[in-house]
Amino acid sequence: MGWIMLEYSVKFHCLYIIAFASCFLKFVRLSLLLILRTTMSAFVGKYAEELIKNAKYIATPGKGILAADESTGTIGKRLASINVENIESNRQALRELLFTSPSSLSYLSGVILFEETLYQKTSDGKPFVEVLQENDVIPGIKVDKGTVEIAGTNGETTTQGFDSLGARCQQYYKAGARFAKWRAVLKIGPSEPSELSIQQNAQGLARYAIICQENGLVPIVEPEILTDGSHDIKKCAAVTETVLAAVYKALNDHHVLLEGTLLKPNMVTPGSDSPKVAPEVIAEYTVTALRRTVPPAVPGIVFLSGGQSEEEATVNLNAMNKLDVLKPWTLSFSFGRALQQSTLKTWAGKKENVEKAQAAFLARCKANSEATLGKYTGGSGGDLATQSLYEKGYKY
Amino acid sequence: MASASLLKSSPVFDKSEFVKGQPLLRQPAVAAVPCRPVSSSALTVRASSYADELVKTAKTIASPGRGILAMDESNATCGKRLDSIGLENTEANRQAYRTLLVTAPGLGQYISGAILFEETLYQSTTDGKKIVDVLVDQGIVPGIKVDKGLVPLAGSNNESWCQGLDGLDSRSAAYYQQGARFAKWRTVVSIPNGPSSLAVKEAAWGLARYAAISQDNGLVPIVEPEILLDGDHGIERTFEVAQKVWAEVFFYLAENNVMFEGILLKPSMVTPGAESKDKATPEEVADYTLKLLKRRIPPAVPGIMFLSGGQSEVEATLNLNAMNQAPNPWHVSFSYARALQNTCLKTWGGRPENVKAAQEVLLIRAKANSLAQLGKYSAEGESEEAKKGMFVKGYSY
Repeated sequence: MGWIMLEYSVKFHCLYIIAFASCFLKFVRLSLLLILRTTMSAFVGKYAEELIKNAKYIATPGKGILAADESTGTIGKRLASINVENIESNRQALRELLFTSPSSLSYLSGVILFEETLYQKTSDGKPFVEVLQENDVIPGIKVDKGTVEIAGTNGETTTQGFDSLGARCQQYYKAGARFAKWRAVLKIGPSEPSELSIQQNAQGLARYAIICQENGLVPIVEPEILTDGSHDIKKCAAVTETVLAAVYKALNDHHVLLEGTLLKPNMVTPGSDSPKVAPEVIAEYTVTALRRTVPPAVPGIVFLSGGQSEEEATVNLNAMNKLDVLKPWTLSFSFGRALQQSTLKTWAGKKENVEKAQAAFLARCKANSEATLGKYTGGSGGDLATQSLYEKGYKY
Repeated sequence: MASASLLKSSPVFDKSEFVKGQPLLRQPAVAAVPCRPVSSSALTVRASSYADELVKTAKTIASPGRGILAMDESNATCGKRLDSIGLENTEANRQAYRTLLVTAPGLGQYISGAILFEETLYQSTTDGKKIVDVLVDQGIVPGIKVDKGLVPLAGSNNESWCQGLDGLDSRSAAYYQQGARFAKWRTVVSIPNGPSSLAVKEAAWGLARYAAISQDNGLVPIVEPEILLDGDHGIERTFEVAQKVWAEVFFYLAENNVMFEGILLKPSMVTPGAESKDKATPEEVADYTLKLLKRRIPPAVPGIMFLSGGQSEVEATLNLNAMNQAPNPWHVSFSYARALQNTCLKTWGGRPENVKAAQEVLLIRAKANSLAQLGKYSAEGESEEAKKGMFVKGYSY
C-alpha cells in the first residue's frame, strides 16, 4: 500500500538505486570468487562445504557403500546366472529388493546407482532416490562410460566419459545424487602397468574428480589394479604404491579438494594365479601401501572387492581395521559382487524368495559393518558366501 | 613389518639405551659396504639392507617431547655467528662453541638429534672427546649436513638450486662409519622469484635423489625444501606454493623408491612473507600449516621437524605449540638453529666464564620447545632477547 502511494519519480529512483546496488554487490561477490579461485590451490566453489560434509558422512565408521551400479550389460550377466531375463522390470525388481530392506540400509552410508536406476521407482511408485534418502543413505551415480584400449600397449585401458560430463553431473545432482564414481583399470604384467597407462588413468581420474566437485558431487576415485596374474603380493604392493602416488599427484595438480573425495582402491593381494595368503598379511601390505600414499585429508577409503568371495572380502577388511597402526582415514567397503552374490542366488528371480534374499543381504551388510569396526567374528552366510567371484579378464 | 632382510653389520641404536645414557656406539664387525639383497621384483626394493635401522632411527628422533638442534652451520656461516659476538672465525673458536652446545648437561632430555657440519663430525671437544661420542652419550643421534650449498639455477628467474649429489654415495658411507645416522639437505624455493616450475621441480628432484642415496647408506634423510620467508606475499600465497612444492617432493620421492617410514621432513611453517602487511597469529599459522600437512604428507612419515627460518625464538616456539594442541598423525616437532642458539650465543660472548650460563639458556630454549612439542608451552617469563626477530633479507646460509 505504501509503495503505491509514492510518487512515480521517487519509485523510479528507488528502483534505480536497488538495481545498481544489486549489480554492484554481484560484481563484488564475483571479484571475491575470482580472487579466491586464483589464489586457492584446491577447489573452493559453492559446493566446498557440502562436499566435505558428504564425504565425511559416507566415511562414517560402521557404514559403507553398496555398489549397485552395474551397467545394463553387466547386470544382464548377473541375471543370466540365475536364469532371469534382462528386462527393465527385472532390473527394477532386483534393486527394489535391495533398497527396501530398511535394516540393511542402516549399515550403508551410500549406494552407487547406474543411470537407469537413478530415475526408477519402487512398485509402489516411490522414487528409489527418495527411499534411500529417507533412510540416510546418500545416492551416488556411476558417470564413466567404460574402458577402451590404449593403442600401442599390451591391452591396457583408459576410461571414457568426459563429453558433457559437467552437464551430466548437474543433471544427476538435480536428480538427488551427491557422489559419483569413475572406474580406472590397470593390470600387472611383465611390463605393465606402463608409464603411459599410469599417467593416462591418473589424469583421467583427476579431471573427472574436479568436474564432479564443480557440480556438487563427491568423486570416488577408483584406480583398480586387477588381480589377474601370477605375481606375488610384494609386486602388487609396489604397483599399488606407484599408482596411488601418481593418482594423488594428478589430483593435487588439478586442484582437487581432497577433503571432499573418497578413494576406492583394490586390496593388496597376491595375483589370482598365486597361492593365497592370510588376511593379516593382506591387511599389513594394504595398510602400509595406503599409509605411504594417501594424505590424512582424505576422510575415507572404501575398498573394492574385485572378485574376492563375500566372506574373503569381509574378513580382509576386518583384519585391516584390527591392525594396531595409525590410520587417519576410515577403512570401509564399496562392494558390488561381495555384497550381492548370496542375495542374488537366494532370490533367483522369484517373488516368494524376496524375504529370504533380503535376509541374506542384511547378513552381509551387517558383517561388513562389523568389519569396518574390526569386530567381525566370521562365519556369516553359508557356502554361497565363500564362493570365489573371480573372473579372468573381467569386463565390468 | 615385512621388509627386506637386514644385514646387521651396522651399529644399532636402541631407544632404551638412550634413556639409560649408556655409550652405545658399537663399531661394526665388518667393512661398511652393505650387501644388497636381490628381491623378486626390482620395484619392491626400498632402502635396501638398512630398512629396519632407518625406521628405528627415524622413530627415535621423532620421539615425544624432543626435537632437533641444528648446529650444522658451514664455516662461513659459523663465522658470521662468531663475528656477531666479536670472535674470530678460527677452528678453535668453532670447536669451543660446539663443545659448549653438545656438553650442555641433560640436553638429551629435549633434543633427540643434532645436525653437524662435516668439520664437527670429525672434531673432538676441547677435552679431547669425540663430539659424536659426546652426543651419543647424551642420547642424541648425530646427523650430518651433506649438501654442498646453493648456486644459481641457469634458465630460471634468478633462483637457486642445491648441489651435492656427486660422490654422495661414498661420502654418505663414510659419514655412517664416523657415526652419523641421519643426513640433511637444504634446498630453497623463493616466492618473490615465482617460483618457476623449473625451480620447484629441481628442488624436489634433488631432494628425492639425495634421499634415496642416503637411505642406501643407512642415513635417515631429512627432506628440507625451505620456502623462504622473503617477500611481501600473504599467507594464502605461501599456502598455495607449499602445496605445489610438497606434491612435487612426494611424487619424486615415490619415483625414487624412497621408504617413507625412514625419512623425516623439515618444512617451513606456512606464514605470511616477512615484508607482508598481514601478520598471522600462531593459531592461524598452525591452521594453515596443519591443513597443508594433512593434504600432502602420508601418515607413513614418522616426523615433521619444522625449521624456524628467521622467526624469533619465542615465535618459533609459540607456533610449534599451536600446532600440537590436538593429536597429529605424525610427530610434529622442531629442528631449530637460530631459534635455539641465538640467546645462548649472545650469553656466551666467547668467554669461558659464561659457558655455564650459556648452556642454561640453551636448555631453557630446548625445554620450551620440548613443551611446545607436547602442546604445553606458555610464553610467560620469556626474555626480551628471545623475542627478537631474526629475519635477514636475502639470507644466505
